[in-house]
Amino acid sequence: MKTETYTLNLGPQHPSTHGVFRIILELDGETVVKATPVPGYLHRGIEKLAEARTYTQVIPYTDRMDYMAAMLMNWGYVAAVEKLMGIEVPERVEYIRVIVGELSRIASHQIAIGAMGGDIGALTAFTYTFRDREYVIDLLEMVSGSRMTFSYFRIGGVAADLPDEFFPATRKLLNEIPAMCDEYDDLVTGNEIFQARTKQVGIITPEMGINYSLSGPTLRGSGVNYDLRKARPYSIYDRFDFEVPLGTNGDCFDRFRIRIDEIRQSKRIIEQALDQIPEGPIMAKVPKVIKPPAGDAYAEIESSKGVYGAYVVSDGSPKPYRVHFRRPSFINLGYLGELCEGWKLADVIAILASIDIVLGEVDC
Amino acid sequence: MGENIFVGIATWLRDVMSSAGVPDLWNDTILMLVKLVTVLVFVMLNFMVLNYMERRIAGFIQSRRGPNRVGPHGLLQPLADIGKMLGKELYIPKSVDKIVFLLMPTLIFVPPFLIFAVLPLGKNMAAIDMNIGVFYMFAIASLSTIILWGAGWSSNNKYSLIGSMRAVAQMVSYELPLILSLLGVIMITGTLNMSSIVEAQNNIWFVFTQPIAFLIYFIAGIAETNRTPFCLVEGESEIIAGPYTEYSGMTYAMFPLAEFVSMIIISAMSTIVFLGGWLAPFGWTFIPSWLWFFLKMYVMIFIFMWVRWTYPRIRVDQLMGFNWKVLVPLALANIFITGVGMYVFRAIGWWS
Repeated sequence: MKTETYTLNLGPQHPSTHGVFRIILELDGETVVKATPVPGYLHRGIEKLAEARTYTQVIPYTDRMDYMAAMLMNWGYVAAVEKLMGIEVPERVEYIRVIVGELSRIASHQIAIGAMGGDIGALTAFTYTFRDREYVIDLLEMVSGSRMTFSYFRIGGVAADLPDEFFPATRKLLNEIPAMCDEYDDLVTGNEIFQARTKQVGIITPEMGINYSLSGPTLRGSGVNYDLRKARPYSIYDRFDFEVPLGTNGDCFDRFRIRIDEIRQSKRIIEQALDQIPEGPIMAKVPKVIKPPAGDAYAEIESSKGVYGAYVVSDGSPKPYRVHFRRPSFINLGYLGELCEGWKLADVIAILASIDIVLGEVDC
Repeated sequence: MGENIFVGIATWLRDVMSSAGVPDLWNDTILMLVKLVTVLVFVMLNFMVLNYMERRIAGFIQSRRGPNRVGPHGLLQPLADIGKMLGKELYIPKSVDKIVFLLMPTLIFVPPFLIFAVLPLGKNMAAIDMNIGVFYMFAIASLSTIILWGAGWSSNNKYSLIGSMRAVAQMVSYELPLILSLLGVIMITGTLNMSSIVEAQNNIWFVFTQPIAFLIYFIAGIAETNRTPFCLVEGESEIIAGPYTEYSGMTYAMFPLAEFVSMIIISAMSTIVFLGGWLAPFGWTFIPSWLWFFLKMYVMIFIFMWVRWTYPRIRVDQLMGFNWKVLVPLALANIFITGVGMYVFRAIGWWS
């Protein structure tokens, strides 16, 4: 019998590509023969736009990259400019940044968990994580006045001090986080069908993970212990006691599971930060017009998706000469095409969900 | 009171007509038509209830509210939805096979309605009390496979095609354990007539004597109705809406509608075969038989919905593996054990 492969155009409009992402699949029945990812449908030219804005005006653009963890996106850029200008950030600011950054990480991981559950077919996981994410978002709204694109960071500090009611509210949330995570475990992680769908599916070996420069939970799911917060502590992460959750098999299940564990670890970090946070100014001494000296600087942080870096080149004018962002979602996608080969159509969805991309960040 | 309300209406109608001098043949025909129209209305009403119920239960499970704006507690939401669906444009894409494309949403309703004709919805309340009822039901139910296949094929869309291929593979495979699971009961009762199967459960429901068969029937039943965890045919996150992808407006609404109807059928069948049909447990006959039937049926439907909103979706190769490697051998083993049990019980005289 003569059989033929056929091409299926998955996306750009598809319920589970998490935005406008396109994969051209060559299928043999339901088995993937070849997968070609085609990103770029959400490209807005943020890097180019940044060249026509002042340094401070770039901050809102970084929000629009990984809008699920916008605080972290602010942080990477701001850190690069501060490095370029040699600004020493006040102690209190560092703590505030850690607290809101980790809250953002929790919110982002909750979406990753829920979206992966939804993509596997457990729509209830989606509503549960979104319900819980509301509480986190409420806290961030309290801080910044905004629920998604915060633009809370400033070069040399943050926009406003933490309000008084933030502290009890955060502690209340932190107390609930273990129960939340247990609920996700009960509903999704422990489910027989979910495990059958994700275990031993889309395996990334540690070697391939490193070769493709993957980072974040996608890499750590393969058991590679590389978390910038531990490996090369930036800001004040060396002061906190926390663990880096690691996977063993590098399959979709491990990548999913360690995100729940990371929420638990983020909770530990925030708890310690709340205990240690000192009084003090929320802004370093920064000139009114930010004019970094000519030169370049690269700063990177561990965002919820992986290593997020910002490279800023200055020519001494009030506008950056060039800004480049190392977006972990985009780089983690590099392996997708090869990873999907040989798996079923439904597995492609699971693999894509387990990598946890945000299209705003992929296409920048 | 209430027990004979529907049977009474039928008898009264027949009496009125014969006293008016209507010949017997006409009398029977008219009565049959009335019964079938009643079934039709009954199914449509049930659909409304189920639609609302499904969404409220989904809301309850997912810690949200569900429809609560249209009418008291959102009770009129299904009507509003149907109104909306009717108002939508019937868009027919250029490259579809027009005749088949439009025929399939119409035909999808035929098999479920045909099955409803033989279901005894209460004591003496089957429109047609067919002596091969169970056999007839499965024979008709397998027709919907062709219709789903036709819908997917005529859409000329790869997502639809994948969905309909899955539909054929899944429904043909899962019919086997579905039928095999009922064989144990049929062996015990020695009849294919649904009313007789119900009567045979006077002492003990078959769910207690045939628990494995009930479990197999339940799982295969979910697969037959294409609901989560076996909702591969629609598989929203993978293949958009499967065979329904290209449909819009009312043509689309027909498919979920038919899905609800087949869910009623699967639940009704499990009530008839395993849960004692209209028989009242604990001798609580003050509740009319047809109400018992609905109560049991809706408990089953509730479990279907509960499963749907809790479980993720299984993968296509796992679906097939589970069927052929687990369900079918288990069903065969159940038939074997039932046979041995019947032989032994007869030999020692516990059962004749």
